Amino acid sequence: MSVFITRRILQSLVVVFVMSLLVFFGVNIVGDPVDMLINPEADQEDIEAAIRALGLDRPIHEQYWYFLVNALKGDLGKSFIFAEPALKLILQRMPATLELAFAAMFLAVVIGIPLGVFAGLRPHSKVSKTIMAGSILGFSLPTFWVGLMFIMIFAVMLGWLPSTGRGETTSLLGIQVSFLTLDGLSHLLLPALNLALFKMSLVIRLARAGTREVALQDYIKFARAKGLSPSRVVLVHVMKNILIPVVTVLGLELGGVIAFAVVTETVFAWPGMGKLLIDSIQLLDRPVVVAYLMITVLMFIVINLVVDILYSILDPRVRLKDVKS
Amino acid sequence: MSRDGRETRYEPADACASAAGAAAVTRPAGDTLIVEDLQTWFFTKAGVVKAVNGVSFGISKGEVMGLVGESGSGKSVTGFSVLGIVDPPGEIVGGSIRFQGRELVGLDEIAMRQIRGSRIAMIFQDPMMTLNPVLRIDTQMIEAIRAHARVSRAAAYARAREVLLKVGIASPDERLKAYPHQFSGGMRQRVAIAIALLNEPDLIIADEPTTALDVTIQAQILYEAQKLCRETGTALIWITHDLTVVAGLADRICVMYAGRDVEQGDVDAVLDHPMHPYTFGLIGSVPSRNRRGRPLHQIPGMTPSLLNLPPGCAFRARCDRASDECHREPPVLEYGCDRRARCFHPHFEGPS
Ligand SMILES: Nc1ncnc2c1ncn2[C@@H]1O[C@H](COP(=O)(O)OP(=O)(O)OP(=O)(O)O)[C@@H](O)[C@H]1O
Ligand code: SF4
Ligand SMILES: [Mg+2]
Repeated sequence: MSVFITRRILQSLVVVFVMSLLVFFGVNIVGDPVDMLINPEADQEDIEAAIRALGLDRPIHEQYWYFLVNALKGDLGKSFIFAEPALKLILQRMPATLELAFAAMFLAVVIGIPLGVFAGLRPHSKVSKTIMAGSILGFSLPTFWVGLMFIMIFAVMLGWLPSTGRGETTSLLGIQVSFLTLDGLSHLLLPALNLALFKMSLVIRLARAGTREVALQDYIKFARAKGLSPSRVVLVHVMKNILIPVVTVLGLELGGVIAFAVVTETVFAWPGMGKLLIDSIQLLDRPVVVAYLMITVLMFIVINLVVDILYSILDPRVRLKDVKS
Repeated sequence: MSRDGRETRYEPADACASAAGAAAVTRPAGDTLIVEDLQTWFFTKAGVVKAVNGVSFGISKGEVMGLVGESGSGKSVTGFSVLGIVDPPGEIVGGSIRFQGRELVGLDEIAMRQIRGSRIAMIFQDPMMTLNPVLRIDTQMIEAIRAHARVSRAAAYARAREVLLKVGIASPDERLKAYPHQFSGGMRQRVAIAIALLNEPDLIIADEPTTALDVTIQAQILYEAQKLCRETGTALIWITHDLTVVAGLADRICVMYAGRDVEQGDVDAVLDHPMHPYTFGLIGSVPSRNRRGRPLHQIPGMTPSLLNLPPGCAFRARCDRASDECHREPPVLEYGCDRRARCFHPHFEGPS
């Protein structure tokens, strides 16, 4: 197990390094920061001073080196707009995004798995066909449109739920969260459902396909031949097998959910990192964009690592391979 | 069946012979299980597959019955039907299965579940696929015990351990903590056998349980199986291709062809004097008392597709004794002592 984890961490470090190269050079290619940063009326001397101050007179590989060294110290640059460290800005907004993403994942799993398993066990029933039709809608409707519809129906027409902001937050282990207050929860529900819809459809499909496949296996028949109750057969023998692919895919999708929160956060004015990113892009606030990308990459990598470890816990066959290697 | 044919007919040398030629077919007998005219069909998109189409046999306490037949003849489906675990699109569409006097066809699911794994156990054909890959052996054994008895986990564990030792698995504690993929095929089969034995069932249906095992282990398992039947009165249906096993182990034999029981009876009587041309072909045409103890003889031709099987004898296309009559349903002929065959022109002299 520890061999496996060590190896995966080393791989992750390589990926982070490669991504830092791509992000740094990529953003540098997009445009000359000097044009964006410096008052066009400034004279040549001012411009040169500014360039020196930003280290832009150095060859690009040296600039990258500074960036890397600073990044390792936790300094990803200062926001041009807020004049605050970019990292700090992002970390301030991260809890809101993470809360939204986890709430969405939670909804996707607790609604998606039962629906998918049901559809897999009774593939020909009307209910299953309705579930599957719903999942196709969930896949194909654009998130922003569904979000707007949610706002129109539940906030404007019915007036049941608020449509913007996080609502009342409380502090949980020093982090501001919405889901512990009724007001916060009511603010969280619509955006979380909106963000969850796509993943929920994915979970339904995965769970259904898994269930259909597993239900035909001899070991399920054998479990029934032992006289086990249908609930034990489904909840233990079927579920444990389908959880492996579902957990893997969902884990890998968590990064995507965080990234895609950008759309939902914009629609629902949810004060998370996604909204910060969109604002920063519009304002050409480059350090924030770079910091956002680096943080996202890091998050993806950590998530993948956790998924791999979870996967090996769920699937004993993976564990064995590791022991041998 | 022509009446004059009776003089040349093979007659068992014992008292049962008096039953021969009775006008009405006697019903299968047995105090553990009586299967009568069982029909299990699969309603597939391509049509109705009559996998089991009119099978009858009976089995008594402590008796071992060999169920033989080519691949696809419906042996496994017969076993699944008895346990009530035929998967859709399959369905038991007719006949009766009486277990210890109780009708199982149409029995409600809860009552059926109390019988499954407890009174009737089945060992599946493919040991590699029988155990759930993501659950430990102890989980899979303990749940089988606790599904039927209110016992502590510790007591169930002790029982699991004991049975594993019985089927020849050394260091059971270590094995119980393992996952199926850490076992060889033969080892998995022994675990499956152990699971079948856990609740001391009254009937075990063993679907080719020794094919994955080496000869020594096979002999050991056969010995254990026989001992179990003698000692506890467990009835055993042993599904196999291997006539050696049947000859050495079984008291009775039931030969299936295309979803039907074509011949059955006392194992020595059937193997020495096969009457149905199919059985006859299986055992071979060379006269020898020692024919039994050989693997199944290959009969030319192919098993007919069970999809839309034409009426009449299904063996017709491969039978050297076939006549026009055989386009009709062959009669069940009885020759005492539960000896029966479905044929218009049975062999009477045994292989000769
Ligand atoms: N789920 C199913 N759908 C359609 N047909 C099926 C299904 N299961 C079994 N059958 C058919 O039932 C017939 C009997 O199958 P069965 O498994 O009982 O044969 P068998 O005698 O056990 O053969 P083998 O010796 O190969 O195990 C086969 O022709 C098979 O095609
Ligand atoms: S009924 Fe006819 S075709 Fe069928 S086995 Fe007997 S002789 Fe052959
Ligand atoms: Mg079979």
